[in-house]
Amino acid sequence: MNTDLSALQLVLSADPALIAIVKLSLLVSLTAVLLAALIGVPLGALIALTRFPGREAVIVTLNALMGLPPVVAGLAVFLALSRSGPLGSWGLLFTPQAMVIAQAILVAPIIAALSRQTVEDLWVEYRDELAAMNVAAAARVMTLIWDARFSLVTALLAGFGRAAAEVGAIIIVGGNIDGFTRTMTTAIALETSKGDLPLAIGLGLVLIAIVILINALAWGARRAGERYAG
Amino acid sequence: MIARRTFAALLAFCAITAVVVPRTFAQDKSIVVASTTSTQDSGLFEYLLPLFKKKTGITVKVIAQGTGQALDTGRRGDADVVFVHAKAQEEKFLSEGQGVKRFPVMYNDFVLIGPNSDPAGIKGMKDVAKAFKVLHDKKQSFISRGDRSGTHSAELRLWKAAGIDIAKDHGPWYKAIGQGMGAALNTAQASNSYVLSDRGTWIHFKNKSDLQILVAGDRRMFNQYGVMLVNPAKHPNVKKELGQQFIDYLVSPKGQKDIANYTINGQQLFYPDASDPSA
Repeated sequence: MNTDLSALQLVLSADPALIAIVKLSLLVSLTAVLLAALIGVPLGALIALTRFPGREAVIVTLNALMGLPPVVAGLAVFLALSRSGPLGSWGLLFTPQAMVIAQAILVAPIIAALSRQTVEDLWVEYRDELAAMNVAAAARVMTLIWDARFSLVTALLAGFGRAAAEVGAIIIVGGNIDGFTRTMTTAIALETSKGDLPLAIGLGLVLIAIVILINALAWGARRAGERYAG
Repeated sequence: MIARRTFAALLAFCAITAVVVPRTFAQDKSIVVASTTSTQDSGLFEYLLPLFKKKTGITVKVIAQGTGQALDTGRRGDADVVFVHAKAQEEKFLSEGQGVKRFPVMYNDFVLIGPNSDPAGIKGMKDVAKAFKVLHDKKQSFISRGDRSGTHSAELRLWKAAGIDIAKDHGPWYKAIGQGMGAALNTAQASNSYVLSDRGTWIHFKNKSDLQILVAGDRRMFNQYGVMLVNPAKHPNVKKELGQQFIDYLVSPKGQKDIANYTINGQQLFYPDASDPSA
């Protein structure tokens, strides 16, 4: 019972170490989602709107990569960034930047695959109109991304969910260093290994609450946006 | 149009974040130490590192792994210092030219843990090899780290001392989980199993439930920790001055006293022995 209380106390007293961990978790995951979105949304839209040989294979691969195991992505980034790896001279292993890279690799296929589907569905509605206006491909991509923006929020949230929840990749490339690369999920893994299960569960509840809050904010923003746009 | 402007503002905000973020992350005067889960899970580093930082201003970033994995991290040049506990593996590391010099730092001991009910009846045995033989003969559920850690190496030595070739001679009762000390203790707790642990992690472990120490004190359960600077001649990025400062602190009279002073509920977890060259 004591330890149950201590998790609650940590939260209520806004423990500085806990705040730092929460901040780092959000910073890493949101930056990763941003990076992944910059690549994934245009890529998904482009695949949706163009026809080329092997397109079906690309779509299937993209959909399959949504299930890329975090530990595999983490290992690949680890080997690349290790001092003995090809990018070792960057000195990024065991830093938050390495964690951002690993999570962006995990999240980009999710955002790309969902964007592809969203934009393709919209394209079916718009096809005749845009074809009649004889709009260039790049402009078509931009137009449809803009018109699908509210639906694309869901793709970003799915990506954020993946990033915020995963531990396998960031514990390998970040090293779970106290005060430097320790996030909510790696802290939960550590407290579990110390046998402090109540604190681990307490941290887990904090993580879930934060994810719900982010989703609520995104939902609110989407509703407000739709009202203005509508 | 308002939505479009909000969207643009959001993008700008994100771009600024992306630029500012790396700077917030930047830290000077720091070293990476690859160490074992036992030094972290026992709470030693949480206690020791602030003392070291106060003295030198150096931030120590600890990667807690099993000894085998920690030495591999050093071999790849991803750490400046390795601080581990398996002398044979450490000497191999040195003979490969991966480390500069090994310094003994401290010791504690391994303890054989099991459920209160002790179905094998090994409680209080003085001869740990005999206890291992009983566990094997009675096919008692046993959790092995199975991860090339210092504790795993010690466990394999003890099976050998018991005259058992555990690699070939084991059944479903022997469960190698390939995880850290804490995870092994959690697994033993949840499955009424026996497990070998270092004493430091055991004292600090909070989910003991009905587990307890059954066998301890045998000379063969001695657990020595050593520290080495990763060889800068092999890995030029190694921060040799800062890394050496950390090593110098650990073996200095002040560092040794700090280690001895780390206690939980009045129990000392580690015993300094840097002055013993044979350790």
